[in-house]
Amino acid sequence: MNRTLTSGGRTGAAFAALVILLLALWMGAAIGETAIPMATVAQTVANRLWNAGYPLEPIDEGIIWSYRLSRAVVAASCGAALALSGAVLQSLLRNPLADPYILGISAGASTGAVGVAILGIGAGVLTLPLGAFVGAITAFVLVSMLAVKAGRGTAAIILAGVAGSQLFNALTSFIVTKAATAEQARGIMFWLLGNLSGVRWADAWLAVPAALVGLVVCLWHARPLDAFTFGAESAASLGISVRRTYLALVGVSAMMTAVMVSIVGSIGFVGLVIPHAARLLVGVRHGVLLPAAALTGAVFMILADILSRTIIPGQVLPIGVITALIGAPAFALILAKGRARA
Amino acid sequence: MRLAASRVSWSAGGGDILKDVSLSVEAGEFLGIIGPNGSGKTSLMSLLSGIRKPRSGEVLLDGVPIGALGRRTVAQRLALVEQQAETGERITARQAVELGRTPYLGPLSPWSPDDDRIVDAALDNVDMADLAGRIWHTLSGGERQRLHIARALAQQPRILLLDEPTNHLDIGHQIGLLDLVRRQDLTVVAALHDLNHAAMFCDRIAVMQAGRLVALGRPRDVLTVERIRDVFGVDVAIEHEPDGGCHIRFRPGRTPPERRTAPAVALATTGT
Repeated sequence: MNRTLTSGGRTGAAFAALVILLLALWMGAAIGETAIPMATVAQTVANRLWNAGYPLEPIDEGIIWSYRLSRAVVAASCGAALALSGAVLQSLLRNPLADPYILGISAGASTGAVGVAILGIGAGVLTLPLGAFVGAITAFVLVSMLAVKAGRGTAAIILAGVAGSQLFNALTSFIVTKAATAEQARGIMFWLLGNLSGVRWADAWLAVPAALVGLVVCLWHARPLDAFTFGAESAASLGISVRRTYLALVGVSAMMTAVMVSIVGSIGFVGLVIPHAARLLVGVRHGVLLPAAALTGAVFMILADILSRTIIPGQVLPIGVITALIGAPAFALILAKGRARA
Repeated sequence: MRLAASRVSWSAGGGDILKDVSLSVEAGEFLGIIGPNGSGKTSLMSLLSGIRKPRSGEVLLDGVPIGALGRRTVAQRLALVEQQAETGERITARQAVELGRTPYLGPLSPWSPDDDRIVDAALDNVDMADLAGRIWHTLSGGERQRLHIARALAQQPRILLLDEPTNHLDIGHQIGLLDLVRRQDLTVVAALHDLNHAAMFCDRIAVMQAGRLVALGRPRDVLTVERIRDVFGVDVAIEHEPDGGCHIRFRPGRTPPERRTAPAVALATTGT
């Protein structure tokens, strides 16, 4: 069984994870409409980070550094953050179908971001990610309240999430239709589907810390999350302060979701499906599951982004379309399996 | 190690669930709590475990209000086995027991060989060592309940609180489980449904009716024909055995009298 790793094993696993992540980033930078040799990617990175001075085509270097690499880094952060949020929410709510998208947190974040961007709510004080955070928290609180009213059981919170998503998506559309210029509206509709075009290094400077902070906070709560296996009361009787754990983890999930939504829009199914894949790979212990989910999510998003840039020649598909095409059938599978077990 | 409730009351959903309950648990004793559905047994257990806070009154663990002790400290001294706690996770039997070490582990303190030893001992204790690698949902109700006990033992508590631990078990497993619990050198408080089990295993019995404690004492003093008729609405004959035990025989044919248990709202919210 998956017994506790020795410290040597843990270092080895962390090293392997880092190698896998770097390989995925490397592929993300090399593969695209114009394929660029892997060596050129390495030389570009060396040039930019250490002034190595390799003679390269400025165009290639520009594509790799300013366009593809920043994009791959943001995709990785986004995948990791969404997978972590999903894993944490599934364990806290003891619901295999929970994830920021299904629970309406992403929709709330979108509304918050659009509210700041278009309506100028809280101008000067609320930045886009903060607006998204306020929206995400509002949505989660509303959905939770509705779920409590709807009664216990796994279905209640999911149905509440559906209602919440619809409400916030409608609000977003309303704001966009009423206040946005045609130019803004087109950009926002594209962004809402989940889109990595236009991502630059400035975005990575927000996405990477958000994902890392999220990972650390979640890992800090790995044992409390394990203790939720038999429910909140059982966790409390194991010495966990349930309210503090809820606040910290729901807060950090909303933060990660909000930051990612404000950069790339709401991307579905990553938070739902990746944690299940990670559980199949490494088991249910959060100390191992959370890093595994983060890594799987990161690699998955980089690959999904490569696919979105190459599947239709000359066109870039919104990445949300790719994740949904892969995620929706997986969702159906989980749904069917859950029924079989119950 | 003493656990005591001092005039605790608790309410939920607009109804009083517990009213002014006082009792103290002696070190090393097996205290049973009996009473009809909705009489407040489960609520009393969660107040005694410190998971819920009383509306008034207080629960004292070693003379200190349980709310003033940290949750970790409480969990190191006192373990609760809830009614039929379930999970959909693909967790192994051993992993379920390993959760019992949670109160001793922090974010930065790693799992140690000591923890492994304690978990092994707990699995042995409940006779589940052979099934340690099995996935939770492949285990029977009796096996799961034994694992919950093992998890509680892995907490190395002095006091064990059990909320209707034998629900849904067949009679062999019911007796086996209570016997297993009594063999431990622990103070035990158990909410029980079966009056004969209470008579067999308990040193003292507390009788709950409509949120109040109506009797507390040795089984043979507490379990009387009149009290059982009054509290449960059934007619019984009680045979006293020479060794101090007693056996309750239920007699058919009498319809329950007017409901003297808790109000309907309490019935709906306690979920016993």
